[in-house]
Amino acid sequence: MKHTVIAWMEDKPGVLNRVAGLFRRRNFNIESLTVGHSETRGISRMTFVVDGDERQVRQVETQLGKLINVTAIRDVTREPTVVRELVLAKVSANSANRSEILQLVDIYRASIVDVAMDSLVIQITGPEERVNSLISLLQTFGIKEMVRTGRVAMVRGNGHSANGRHLED
Amino acid sequence: MGEKKNGAQIVWESLLQEGVEVVFGLPGGAILPVYDALAKYQYPIHHVLVTHEQGASHMADGYARATGRVGVCMATSGPGATNLTTGLATANMDSSAVVAITGQVATSLLGRDGFQEADVQGVTLPITKHNYLVTNIRELPDAIKEAFYIARTGRPGPVLVDICKDAQQAEMEFEYPETVNLQGYNPALSAADADATARAARLINDAERPLIVAGQGVSIAHAEAELRQLAEKANIPVATSLLGISTFPETHPLSVGMGGMHGEAFTNYALQECDVLVAIGARLDDRLTGAFSTFASKAKIIHIDLDPSEVGKNLTIDTPLVGDALLTLRELLPLVDINEHQAWLAQIAQWKTDTDQRDLLAQETDDLVPPFIMRQLWHLTNEGDCTVVSDVGQHQMWEAQYFLHTKQRSLVTSGGLGTMGFALPAAIGVQIGRPNEEVWVVAGDGGFQMTMAELSTVVAEGLPIKISIINNGYLGMVRQWQDVFYDKRYAGTPLFNPNFTKIAEAYGVAALAVNRKEDVASAIRQAQTHKGPFLIDFQVNPFANVFPMVAPGKSNADMIRRPMPATIEDATEA
Repeated sequence: MKHTVIAWMEDKPGVLNRVAGLFRRRNFNIESLTVGHSETRGISRMTFVVDGDERQVRQVETQLGKLINVTAIRDVTREPTVVRELVLAKVSANSANRSEILQLVDIYRASIVDVAMDSLVIQITGPEERVNSLISLLQTFGIKEMVRTGRVAMVRGNGHSANGRHLED
Repeated sequence: MGEKKNGAQIVWESLLQEGVEVVFGLPGGAILPVYDALAKYQYPIHHVLVTHEQGASHMADGYARATGRVGVCMATSGPGATNLTTGLATANMDSSAVVAITGQVATSLLGRDGFQEADVQGVTLPITKHNYLVTNIRELPDAIKEAFYIARTGRPGPVLVDICKDAQQAEMEFEYPETVNLQGYNPALSAADADATARAARLINDAERPLIVAGQGVSIAHAEAELRQLAEKANIPVATSLLGISTFPETHPLSVGMGGMHGEAFTNYALQECDVLVAIGARLDDRLTGAFSTFASKAKIIHIDLDPSEVGKNLTIDTPLVGDALLTLRELLPLVDINEHQAWLAQIAQWKTDTDQRDLLAQETDDLVPPFIMRQLWHLTNEGDCTVVSDVGQHQMWEAQYFLHTKQRSLVTSGGLGTMGFALPAAIGVQIGRPNEEVWVVAGDGGFQMTMAELSTVVAEGLPIKISIINNGYLGMVRQWQDVFYDKRYAGTPLFNPNFTKIAEAYGVAALAVNRKEDVASAIRQAQTHKGPFLIDFQVNPFANVFPMVAPGKSNADMIRRPMPATIEDATEA
């Protein structure tokens, strides 16, 4: 089963290396990983998707928790969350099919961010399933280039995703 | 504000603040400023010059295990630091509190592949608890403070501080920080969850065939007394892992000794047949468990460990107790009922009768067999009143089987990583940490040669270490695997050995070669009464193997046993 896990870590040199090294060494199967600033200065927030059974995911959490620079971890898989992914796709387009593509973009509430004679760059944000669905439709026109950020997630409602809970509190 | 000091002086000032009394190291270009500043700090800090940096990290590890304090080693950049890594990985696997300080090229040269540059932070990332690269003198005091704090607290482990040469040379006003500020690290010790502890107590109280397996975590938590109280209160037999040896007296009626790949048969039967297993501070690694799927398969498992990642890593745990062993046992003890477990203890005693009949010491032979030496050593050290530092291989297993440890922390050995060459340098750290202790190295001829250059350190430091080499002319444990799994094809295992007594004498170490059973006791006595270091080259039967043996990936119940002696077989048949 795929788990979405959020980890907070000190924004220090080499921290990403520590996390990536741990995933490699422990043979964890990481499907996607995004990292960026959080609301707290000096703390980065990472969202990653790990595929595995309960034991494996628990290992990911506890091993990650042992990294000195990691300040909090939360598996949000079973919680109400907003999950989004951003995709940029460069799709082959010509005068004959451009309007058809535009229709699809409209239906999926994606947007065109660049237009060229023979291609369009489409920006898609949304839950993974919706993103995947549009991508498979766009594939019929030919996707020349694509970049996906991977999943980011936030717990719904008033609660802070980290619950104010830092490691071993 | 503090006094103005350069980075090199700050290193020593910080070590002083941490109460460091000894540093094991070897200088080189990138750490020279620190060594240059050493003169001023020679007292109270004692620097032990090693022959090879691997020795420095093993010495720091041995010192840490012997004293319960942080062991410190020091090396230069590049090869100096990479030579430390075997010892750091050893300390990491065995949870030993080591701080390594290494020099690094100047900040301006970082990443330019200059002379003796290696990415030491990158190299040591997966084999340390944490590490630092200090590029600016202002980061230095915090880095050292945090390194010591992280190394000795929680589950102990090695921490490396790599210091750029320019940071050693720069100056600043020095004040040692009083506190650490680590948001992601809170090693405060606590007992396990109360509900889980109560569940564990109910399991123990309802058990018919309970068994404790004690690991080194018991010793790190100083929970030996509580372990014994638990065992005695409910009459629960106690098995140990290799590193758990000496957490429970092996002459105690409830002791069943070390289990696992080379555990005694009655111990492994107990592990396989128990209905409740209480693992305390043990990682439950494959050498103890055999095939994970078959281990203690009839048992509900209670696992007490400080490190949540160890609980459930290898086995499914029925009752995880994540917490300090000492505090958790104190909570658990009053909830555990007094119990007899007579039938279970009788069953184990019956298995043990069979083990005793197969005991190698019960067999009449003129061969000089290693178990005989181990048991003699035990007798002659007043039944184990010494610290044994064993290397890795057959002799290590014979030591574990035949030297009955009764004194706490009396065995220092490389368990997790299985580092050959560990014993001699580790014993140097142990002897320096316990100056009045009788310290015995038990090593094989293969492992001893890996680090025997540290004999010069033994002599230079005037250490009265006693060294016994179990010399069988082979990389014995590897040869044993070739015997059992590779149809006796001895690829790479026969050794060309030097004359060990002459090697010892060349260093100024008194030495003796022994190849007859009747000379063993007198040789050991001679070593003991000799004032300085002493080496005994025990030339043993080259083809002796360690049994019982569980093949890797097999169940602990599936052992290759020691043969039943012919006399007993005849009697049974008649």
